[in-house]
Amino acid sequence: MKILVAVKRVIDYNVQIRVKEDNSGIVTDNVKMSTNPPDDNAIEEAVKIKEAGKASEVIAVSVGEEKAQETVRKALAVGADRGILVKVDSVIEPLAVSKILKKIVEKEKPDLVFMGKQAIDDDCNQTGQMLAALLNWPQATFASKIQIKEKSLEVTREVDEGLETIEVNVPAIVTCDLRLNEPRYASLPNIMKAKKKPIEQINASDLGVDTNPRIEQIKVEEPPKRKAGIKVASVEELVQKLKNEAKVI
Amino acid sequence: MEYDVVIVGGGPSGLTTAIKLKQLNSDLNICVLEKASEIGAHILSGNVFETRALNELFPNWRELNAPIKTKVTKEKFLFLGKVKSLSWPTWLLPSVQQNHKNYIISLANLCRWLAEQAESLGVEIFPGFPASEILYNEDGSVKGVATQDMGIDKEGNKKDSFEPGIELLGKVTVFAEGCRGHLGKQLIKKFELDKGKDPQQYGIGFKEIWEVEDKNHEEGLVMHTAGWPLDNNTYGGSFIYHAENKQIFLGYVIGLDYQNPHLSPYNEFQRFKTHPAIKKIIEGGKRISYGARALIEGGFQSLPKMFMPGALLIGCDAGTLNMPKIKGSHTAMKSGLIAAEAINEHINNSKNLSIFEEKFKKSWLFEELYKARNVKPSFSWGLILGIIFTGIDQILFRGKIPFTLKHKHSDHETLKPAKEMPKIEYPKPDNIITFDKTSSVYLTGTNHADNQPVHLKLRDPNLPISYTLEEYDEPAQRYCPAGVYEVQKENDINKFVINSQNCIHCKTCDIKEPSQNITWVTPEGGGGPKYGNM
Repeated sequence: MKILVAVKRVIDYNVQIRVKEDNSGIVTDNVKMSTNPPDDNAIEEAVKIKEAGKASEVIAVSVGEEKAQETVRKALAVGADRGILVKVDSVIEPLAVSKILKKIVEKEKPDLVFMGKQAIDDDCNQTGQMLAALLNWPQATFASKIQIKEKSLEVTREVDEGLETIEVNVPAIVTCDLRLNEPRYASLPNIMKAKKKPIEQINASDLGVDTNPRIEQIKVEEPPKRKAGIKVASVEELVQKLKNEAKVI
Repeated sequence: MEYDVVIVGGGPSGLTTAIKLKQLNSDLNICVLEKASEIGAHILSGNVFETRALNELFPNWRELNAPIKTKVTKEKFLFLGKVKSLSWPTWLLPSVQQNHKNYIISLANLCRWLAEQAESLGVEIFPGFPASEILYNEDGSVKGVATQDMGIDKEGNKKDSFEPGIELLGKVTVFAEGCRGHLGKQLIKKFELDKGKDPQQYGIGFKEIWEVEDKNHEEGLVMHTAGWPLDNNTYGGSFIYHAENKQIFLGYVIGLDYQNPHLSPYNEFQRFKTHPAIKKIIEGGKRISYGARALIEGGFQSLPKMFMPGALLIGCDAGTLNMPKIKGSHTAMKSGLIAAEAINEHINNSKNLSIFEEKFKKSWLFEELYKARNVKPSFSWGLILGIIFTGIDQILFRGKIPFTLKHKHSDHETLKPAKEMPKIEYPKPDNIITFDKTSSVYLTGTNHADNQPVHLKLRDPNLPISYTLEEYDEPAQRYCPAGVYEVQKENDINKFVINSQNCIHCKTCDIKEPSQNITWVTPEGGGGPKYGNM
């Protein structure tokens, strides 16, 4: 069984996001970038399945600028066998990413495609679902537990009502939740080894996919600042303020 | 894993050593360990950059597109009173404080660029891997370092993700951790590198980056201040550098030999910004970064021996900063250049590593530090006498006065008992010009993986409450620029709390704690601040 894992390069979750002064986007110069956190869970799960003898190869793929190579390299350092980088220099939306991933799936013929449930930069939560639709494959989203069966997967999903367990036939798309596992650290020797693993570079334009954005971004703004609270002296005063000033009771 | 040279720390000195070694002999295997998640993420510096050492390393740095663009075009020096300010003519400044040939840069970005150059020459750089332990040969010489174990929980148990540390062995190990490196500190003690030297002196430096209104921005302007809000007996001052993209690098440095335990360096810095001469620059602007880091102030008299069997100690891990010049990057880089030459001769011609010292003594670095040596100690007489003496020493004698003033005390010895010193009332932050520590730390992007052992070790866990609180009102609450230390009252019992996940790796606690009860050790790799262009 072959597993393809999609990973995305995003601004590190610890970095405070700053909006550009002209409201045209966010500042990314000299900002620490990392792998999208649930994508780390996706890689970890794929590598675990391979270590358990249930998969033969794990391929990491990223779509993005040249530097997204680092993200693929990180996946190789924690156990992926080889990498693919599809280069796009402009802004790319989930639909275009799914179309690119479809091309990669047709070429690599994996049995499973894993990825994070959503990326922490745009929070779209669309790529996995769109890819499933384009391929006409079953999808198991928000996976917090995956069990491999003969020709299917039993997947526990984190849904609003609690946990839902479903069975999907292989080939399938799985999008991973942070609760799925605890990603391992890349060890020094494995980082060294990862430097020698192959990364195939493909230009998105060569895949015949239209990557033009379908959404026009008008402007980006910071959320309004929360005003400082006030201290009230008594319960009466609180009730009075809620009634007359906040008008909530 | 074995290398020819193992370098601990990816700052200006370590990266310079790596690059120069590769230039001298491209066959050498060199690795650089860095505790930050990426090169530059733990770098914080003013920075007005003198290119002398870089010119020696890369005479063509301009063609290589080094991030050094903003030439200093204008200089100001202000003495601040409480409301007024007095401008000091720059021609009356000692030449070491004149900057017209220098550049305003982000040292973090310079380090990122140096790392790219090093990698293209074949140096292996490992960010996210702190060296946590020194390894020795049987004869006592340094054999290499071990990296920190990853995936240990608070109680010291191995988690599922446990990844053991790795031993990295080198023919020579270079320690370039920056000011108060935790391994450097052990080496200085073990090899008595500071024997016969004055105690090292430190400062704490703060830096904020502001985006300011067009009318308040003058790219290339360098301004320094002395005076308010500090009193005559506390050593310190500010810097305001107008960088590119309408950004201003605004900072404050306070000598850690201050005496009043009620003093809060952080709040002095915040208060400084409310001075009319400063406020008018940043008003209407926006603060986009914050950080703090201890720095070396001891200079020549306190500089330890920099070689030992199997290893070198360079940059501010030893203490090469030039205090009157307020610059340490070019001197750190020069020490890296000398280190590379010494190591190359050591490996090729089996010369003893003491050759480092011979080369150092013949270098402009030695001469520069020698001439600068009397400035900082003269300020122990107070700001006014310090300035008068410095004028005589630096302008009339050009640093060649035939005697050397001594640093008498370590910084942890200078605090006076809390009840003998006046309490200081600091104004509340207005969240426009001044801010509290919590919102400041938020800007640093600091994080440490949860559930890991506390990396700020107390030798005696009871001492903070039983002694330091009583005697000094536990100054850790104030000298820490990130609010790591708190004294909390629970059921009328005082409790000393260490919020180690907030630590921005400045090392001030390790330096200033009056009983030297706090030891800073490396946390799990990748932790700490994630500075951008600091």
